[in-house]
Formats: sequence, C-alpha cells, structure tokens
Amino acid sequence: MVLNCRHVWDYISGYLDNTLDASTRAHVEEHLAHCEICSAILDSTRNILILTADDRVFELPLGYSERLHARLTEAMLNVPPPEKDTDP
Amino acid sequence: MIEKVLGGQTETFHELIRPYERSVYLMALSLLHNEAEAEDAAQEAFIKAYRHLGKFRSDSRFSTWLIAIALNEARARLRRKQPQLTDSIDDTSENSPVPAQLTDWREIPSETLERKEVRSLVRSALDALPLAYREVFVLRELEERNVQETADALDITIASVKMRLHRARLMLQKQLAPQLKSAVPVSRRRFPWF
Repeated sequence: MVLNCRHVWDYISGYLDNTLDASTRAHVEEHLAHCEICSAILDSTRNILILTADDRVFELPLGYSERLHARLTEAMLNVPPPEKDTDP
Repeated sequence: MIEKVLGGQTETFHELIRPYERSVYLMALSLLHNEAEAEDAAQEAFIKAYRHLGKFRSDSRFSTWLIAIALNEARARLRRKQPQLTDSIDDTSENSPVPAQLTDWREIPSETLERKEVRSLVRSALDALPLAYREVFVLRELEERNVQETADALDITIASVKMRLHRARLMLQKQLAPQLKSAVPVSRRRFPWF
C-alpha cells in the first residue's frame, strides 16, 4: 500500500493517538520519512496540541474559587439537602 | 464523599467539587466566550449538581456527570443568546480540512505562551472552531478525557468523537500554523523523536 499525502492527513490523529494498526502505521511512517510537507504537518499539529493544552492559554479569573464556594454556601442554605434517589 | 453529602454532611460538597472547578469553568468558557458569563454558568452548574446529587449514578464517573451538567447549562445560555444558532455537523462526510503546508515551521516553544498575543491567537483559533468540534476538542485535549468519557458527556458515538477531534485538530493546524509562524521567529530545531 502506497499512501499519498491526503491519505496521510486522514491518519494524522490516529498516528498521534497511536491507534493505527501496525501495518497502517508502518505505511504512514514510510511516507513521512520521504515527505517533508507531511512530516511538517504532523510536527506542527502535535506542537499546536501541546500549546492549546497549556494552562496559560485559559487562566481562571482571580477569586473564581472563592466566589464559587461563597455562592454555593448561600445556595445550600436555600435548597433542601440532596437525598439519595431511590427510583430504579 | 458523595455518600457523606447525601447522608447529611452537606459541607463535604465543597471538597467534592474542588478538583473539577477548572474543568467546569473551562467547559463553560469554551462555549460562551465570555469570562463573567462562564463563571456564572459554572456556579449554576455546581448548584444544579448539588440539587441533583441524589440522581447521580455511580456507574458513570462523577467528573463526566458534572461536565455534562456544565455543558447543558452553557448550551442553554448559548441558545438564549443566539436562538438561531445551528451547528449541525455531518460526521459522515469524508471531507476533512486541508492542513497548512508550511515546511519551514514545525515547532513553537511553549515559553512563547508568556506573550499575550500568542495566547490570544490560540484562544481565538479555539473560539473559531464550530461548536460541535470545540466541545470535543476541549474535552479530549484540554480536559484530557478519554474517548468513551467524551462520547458519554456529549451523548454522541465514539466514531463521532474521533472524527470531530481529527477535524478540529486539522482546522487548528490550518488556522494557527501560519499565524504562529509570523508571530514567532522561525525555529528549525526538530523534535527529538524525528
């Protein structure tokens, strides 16, 4: 099986997640070894995933936790305590 | 801890939810794009979780159950803001996005996230993803939920989770690679595993 670039793009997620079967993975790697475009796409996709997952991209607002627990305390005073649902 | 809350030690609920504060906020923010509204939605989601704790079934993970409540809360607010919002996604279509083909850009050091404009570029690209892809991407990549948990939280199939995640990743690569390339000096350093 010879893969062209478009086939390889379809397999990028499977490759990154290591969910491809051994044969497909071998074919993808064979293509990547010779194709600078696809190996750069793979690298940049992996790199972008690392960046997006970084905690600094989305930071919690200052005082978020304190406000949350204060509101919870208030709400818990006003609603009956939860009880185990005995419905089947 | 859940049993304790249901047994009357309601204060324990504060400790129970502490590990999930960030996840729930992030989920709401990724849908609503507004910090104040996301915070309010997160608070509301936790209050709903408290009220309905008795309905939690221990055969599902507590975190997945909480995320599903947060998603519902954020989606309801989104619908109120944008009643015309439709985000139908065709998971069966074979058309995947075409990634950006830049052979001179591979790596951007994570220290660049110290720069405000780089964080802003990444956030904008995430915000621009279609809602159905964004939900899957946030759960899988930011919340690090596995495929099954993501499918459970969103009530979609595992195949849809995989398809949406793949497309979201390629869309982000297409959008961000050229932008980050111009925002950060080119590095020709390769990953050590290549």
